[in-house]
Amino acid sequence: MTRRITLSGHTYEFADLKALLAAATPERSGDALAGVAAASEQERVAAQWLLADLPLTTFLDEHVVPYEDDEVTRLIVDTHDAAAFAPVAAMTVGEFREHLLRPETDTTVLRDGLTPEMVAATSKLMRVQDLISVARRTPVVTAFRSTIGLPGTLATRLQPNDPTDDALGVSAAIVDGLLHGCGDAVIGINPATDSPQRAIDLLRLIDDVRQRYDIPTQGCVLAHVTTTLQILERGAPVDLVFQSIAGTEAANDGFGVTLALLREAHEGALALGRGTVGTQCMYFETGQGSALSADAHHGVDQQTLEVRAYAVARAFDPLLVNTVVGFIGPEYLFDGKQILRAGLEDHFCGKLLGLPMGVDVCYTNHAEADADDTDVLLTLLGAAGCPFVICVPGGDDVMLHYQSLSFHDALYARQTLGLRPAPEFADWLARMDMMTADGRVRELSADASSLRVLTAGLR
Amino acid sequence: MSPDPLDALRQATRARVALGRAGDAMPTAHLLTLRQAHAAARDAVHDPLDADALAAEIERELGVGVCRVASSAPDRSRYLQRPDQGRRLAPDTELPAGEYDLALVVGDGLSPLAIRRHAVPMLREILARLDGWRVAPVVVATQARVALGDEIATAIGARSVLVLIGERPGMSSTDSLGAYFTYDARRGRRDSERNCLSNIRPPYGVDYAPAADTLAMLMAEARRLKLSGTALKADPALPSAEEPS
Repeated sequence: MTRRITLSGHTYEFADLKALLAAATPERSGDALAGVAAASEQERVAAQWLLADLPLTTFLDEHVVPYEDDEVTRLIVDTHDAAAFAPVAAMTVGEFREHLLRPETDTTVLRDGLTPEMVAATSKLMRVQDLISVARRTPVVTAFRSTIGLPGTLATRLQPNDPTDDALGVSAAIVDGLLHGCGDAVIGINPATDSPQRAIDLLRLIDDVRQRYDIPTQGCVLAHVTTTLQILERGAPVDLVFQSIAGTEAANDGFGVTLALLREAHEGALALGRGTVGTQCMYFETGQGSALSADAHHGVDQQTLEVRAYAVARAFDPLLVNTVVGFIGPEYLFDGKQILRAGLEDHFCGKLLGLPMGVDVCYTNHAEADADDTDVLLTLLGAAGCPFVICVPGGDDVMLHYQSLSFHDALYARQTLGLRPAPEFADWLARMDMMTADGRVRELSADASSLRVLTAGLR
Repeated sequence: MSPDPLDALRQATRARVALGRAGDAMPTAHLLTLRQAHAAARDAVHDPLDADALAAEIERELGVGVCRVASSAPDRSRYLQRPDQGRRLAPDTELPAGEYDLALVVGDGLSPLAIRRHAVPMLREILARLDGWRVAPVVVATQARVALGDEIATAIGARSVLVLIGERPGMSSTDSLGAYFTYDARRGRRDSERNCLSNIRPPYGVDYAPAADTLAMLMAEARRLKLSGTALKADPALPSAEEPS
């Protein structure tokens, strides 16, 4: 259905809903690459005016990717909760934005009543402060051995990647992270190869460290879900099942996953029952641009597709989800400004759909971004109540060759914004004499007992 | 074990562990070390390749003919944002057409620095291993992505193409060269139809001679089986191209 609007004597036309959503999206290189971006700044605002007046119910009737062609669309439509939607069913997108911003609105109860497209559309109208203030009021709490997402906390994934999966190298990075009070969301390694035996070895390494020091956290080797299923059957200590996911069936096909496969893996990990304070055992990563890079975008803008991936995640009750926001490169998010906006959009949209939405605050060396940009995004995410971020030694991932946050960055954010680690992990840090009573991670001298204890395991 | 446990940590990994702290932040020396590494990587991406000088050097050093082309990306900023343009030749590009088994392409990619350092010695080793191949003049390409080699091969009349290209710089490796081989090269070839050897950068990465040995073996096998990519496993150490620049 064509929609038209006349602004300052010029008439703008949008052929269908996906064209309107794409044109209304704040500028980013990936939409220009896909050929769906607004042709001018005024056209972008024209699309936003039209979007603001669109009833939310429009998204239940018009699908950006056809129902018949795509299992993600079918998942979204078939699991939509009409009762949860009822309180906002009469609103337009613009009214819904205002509803979310009102302090008396409980933003945590809508989740299953909202579709990704409704949430994406609303975020396109929002400024950065809207994305922050609404997300902050929408905590999502999950648990396995630690509790993630409680207001006033900021957890971290400790990412001890090594270019050759060397056990000593991985162990050193884990110890370094623990000494900086990191690792409460997960100790999660990207393996250098997808070998099942390698994944088992790495999982055992993490599990040994965890048990030796009685650390209330979970381990994960971010292998393909089929690899995790294999090693799960071979008795490996699988805490969490990881998978990268996207917002269309075709893009998920490119990742080698289907909803049925994810369901099988979820059931397998649940059956192990390894959690202590909770049972959530799935971990997903996403990122704007993944569908376009797989040539599976159906002419839909990358941010709307990203939020559709959250519908996939939502179906499996995950412990952790994070967008890898600056990793994909400047052809999708060109500079610090685009990465910043995308990170806050992803966090807001994930939270509204009920996800424990973390962010890998990061950039590659060919993007127009640097550590000042990641400082800004980290600070804003802390203000927005982001459940967790990813940290690597010195912010330099020596295996994936990109820059994420350092352990120091997590210390900065917690201290400056008054945030604590996950409560179980904070207790452990205190027991290890690594954290002061006022919540500060101690700077260690070479003879500190915790340092002696933790490094004693290095072989 | 070292008496200082922090030294034990540092010796265990190339990762930047045990940096120490200034309050919650990094000590100044580490702050500047990281900034310097990022600056080197940024410069590796943005310092342009002097293609004319490289072409002259290849002719002089290796005694082979050289052609110059550019992709349709008009500048570095567009090149970074529009990989599709980096895969297409500039309009009206002309190359002398012949009948060849192999086109050799040297492209700046994401690290012109890698090309400046490694292209000539790497080409020398490869050319020494191409007995029985009819090899087209070397093509030096700017603002180039890997798939630009497909269009070049078609234009110059070559069945296959070997593209040497600068890889995306990391903080500790700014000059890594990648080699991508595609049998029956033509526009529309997918990454899964190429074979890749990356991290060519002596003395830290793979050396020229072993890299050329591996490529020559692979190319001979591709010629015999008339294919390249994931289906070609001449050597288990050679993965198919997953993420070319």
